Amino acid sequence: MSNENVLLSIKDLHASVEEKNIIKGLNLEIKPGEVHAIMGPNGAGKSTLGYVLSGREGYEVDSGSVSLGGEDLFDMETEERARAGLFLAFQYPVEIPGVSNLEFLKASVDATREANGEEAITSADFLKQAKEACKKVNLPVSFLKRGVNEGFSGGEKKRNELMQMLLLKPKLCILDETDSGLDIDALQVVAEGVNSQRSDERSFIVVTHYQRLLDYIKPDYVHVLSDGKIVKSGDASLALELEAQGYSWLQTEPAEDELEG
Amino acid sequence: MTEQIDKALAREYEAGFVSEIESDTFEPGLNEDVIRRLSQIKGEPEWMLDWRLKAFRVWQEMEEPDWAHVDYPKIDFQAIAYYSAPKSMQDKPKSLDEVDPELLRTYEKLGIPLIEQQMLAGVAVDAVFDSVSVVTTFRDKLEEAGVIFCPISEALHKYPELVKQYLGSVVPTKDNYYAALNCAVFTDGSFVYIPKGTRCPMELSTYFRINEQNTGQFERTLIIADEGSYVSYLEGCTAPQRDENQLHAAVVELVAMDDAEIKYSTVQNWYPGDEEGKGGIYNFVTKRGICHTNAKISWTQVETGSAVTWKYPSCVLKGDNSVGEFYSVALTRGRQQADTGTKMIHLGKNTRSTIISKGISAGKSNNSYRGLVRMNPGAKGARNFTQCDSLLIGDQCGAHTFPYVESRNPSAIIEHEATTSKVSDEQMFLCQQRGLDPEKAVSMIVNGFCKEVFKELPMEFAVEAGKLLEISLEGSVG
Ligand SMILES: Nc1ncnc2c1ncn2[C@@H]1O[C@H](COP(=O)(O)OP(=O)(O)OP(=O)(O)O)[C@@H](O)[C@H]1O
Ligand SMILES: [Mg+2]
Repeated sequence: MSNENVLLSIKDLHASVEEKNIIKGLNLEIKPGEVHAIMGPNGAGKSTLGYVLSGREGYEVDSGSVSLGGEDLFDMETEERARAGLFLAFQYPVEIPGVSNLEFLKASVDATREANGEEAITSADFLKQAKEACKKVNLPVSFLKRGVNEGFSGGEKKRNELMQMLLLKPKLCILDETDSGLDIDALQVVAEGVNSQRSDERSFIVVTHYQRLLDYIKPDYVHVLSDGKIVKSGDASLALELEAQGYSWLQTEPAEDELEG
Repeated sequence: MTEQIDKALAREYEAGFVSEIESDTFEPGLNEDVIRRLSQIKGEPEWMLDWRLKAFRVWQEMEEPDWAHVDYPKIDFQAIAYYSAPKSMQDKPKSLDEVDPELLRTYEKLGIPLIEQQMLAGVAVDAVFDSVSVVTTFRDKLEEAGVIFCPISEALHKYPELVKQYLGSVVPTKDNYYAALNCAVFTDGSFVYIPKGTRCPMELSTYFRINEQNTGQFERTLIIADEGSYVSYLEGCTAPQRDENQLHAAVVELVAMDDAEIKYSTVQNWYPGDEEGKGGIYNFVTKRGICHTNAKISWTQVETGSAVTWKYPSCVLKGDNSVGEFYSVALTRGRQQADTGTKMIHLGKNTRSTIISKGISAGKSNNSYRGLVRMNPGAKGARNFTQCDSLLIGDQCGAHTFPYVESRNPSAIIEHEATTSKVSDEQMFLCQQRGLDPEKAVSMIVNGFCKEVFKELPMEFAVEAGKLLEISLEGSVG
């Protein structure tokens, strides 16, 4: 098997938080252009996977390997992974008071450009792009001036995450429950945002609890993550099955240490 | 994470160099003879010497205050030299061409070129080096508008009536220990007079530099804005990196006559001492302004330097409808200690004051806000709004607020809001996940926290202030 055609390759990954094993032997391979949905019960480790991949402090890799575009992911700092094209849309986006969205986004875009040996984007060009991105996710342009997530409603925060994705043009987008807390219209906006970004060069991991989103974003694969492992993979029809039957038929046993704890 | 942030904040002190300049410096020590010599060197009139000596006697009777939330060894006032001036300044250079090039280079290195063509257009500078003013730029242009901007030692000769009338009128000699000391031994500083109905055509600024070892700097600034006039003034300060502590005890007096407005901004970057708290400037400063009817005084300060800061720029709102403002950013790290804030004294009817204070503490530093809002019986319908925000970086630093409120008029309204927050791991992670390195992330978060204050600074200096908080990238990531 040639690695060249693989964007992300996760091999037997074990990872822990606060000395607690959360990811317990996870394998996943994503080719450029693919959309993978990850579903699974609360506490299964879906968000943790996103954090481990993006290099959040406190999330320790115990064993296994991950490569992004052929490079060892764990050799890179958090910000280097981001500049290499890894993007995480947060399940709970945090506020940065006083730092305007525009300023924050431009600094992000410039950081990636600089890493690629490009010059900083001009303010005028960036403003134009940012305004377009606002329109796409249905946020008023005034949000560019507001502090990052400052006082945004839950749905606005999610759309703001998506706007950042549109501007950063990452290679691998991990969307962690970007659909939760959204009204029906917003759900379509998010789906359209994602669909418009689908291309041969861009892959997605879409973490969701709802089949609903997958009606709009047609995934190539659906995986069930349970107790730190992928316990079942299939195509889009798996999501329908899960919606109808829940997770219990997959018979996941709670880990022993959890019973003790 | 905290460690990383702290490292990121550990920027180098870029102004820490020493200039090789031959100086005439007094022997350390303080007595009446020293004051007489000082007054003589400056060729002061008799009344000025008497004023100084009176202050000295008052000071000798006073006790060093100990109520501030700062801790430092007792200062030996006999170990300080009270006057130091570059030799080349002895025969008062008439123009820039006659000024010692080394002095000019010093200011250039600090980013303050004194050659007018190279300067920021629209900013006139008075450069004070140790105890003397080296040069004041754009004087001709200002004179055309009738604006006086010169060293206070020169004003004593040229405008003795103005100086005599206003010196000590806002901060009386007895006001406090350091103010009394300053009255006795002050050396140089700026004098500004804006005539009636005049809008000062340029930003005025004074740049204070301490260079000589073991000397204190006792600057004295007096700004008078006559009726209906406007001026924006900025001061900056730096000092070499030394293991010994040095004392800076300044007095600044502002007089805003009816309908006048004074905007006074400070970017304070005195040497803060090293990581362990060795060396650094003791910055004990008294700043106060008086507002007559409909007048406005606005203090904006960005305090990032000094080992110990003791400073409360204040407004006496004497005239009806007068306005006082205080916008402050104080950043402490390492072992720095800051006790700073303001006093808003409401005397007139419908007087208004706003206080926005942003304290950022990192490392093992201590950062206190101390503020007094007093509504006198005559302050009918007066209002104050105070907001004190503290941002903590790490868990070994301290942030404190000491708000004092005295209301003697039931119609006065006083509002106070306070928050304490931390630079969180989540915020850092969000920034890094978007490709920013930790240094950039911290400076961005801190700058965002200070935004309300920065927007009050004159444009040219907002950038400089932002940079001061910005962190040099080299070697700061572990
Ligand atoms: N900092 C932490 N300290 C201790 N336990 C943690 C920490 N972070 C995550 N966990 C635990 O790890 C497990 C996986 O959490 P994670 O957030 O990855 O689940 P999830 O699959 O995203 O769930 P959800 O569907 O509810 O979002 C949970 O049991 C959670 O309590
Ligand atoms: Mg989750």
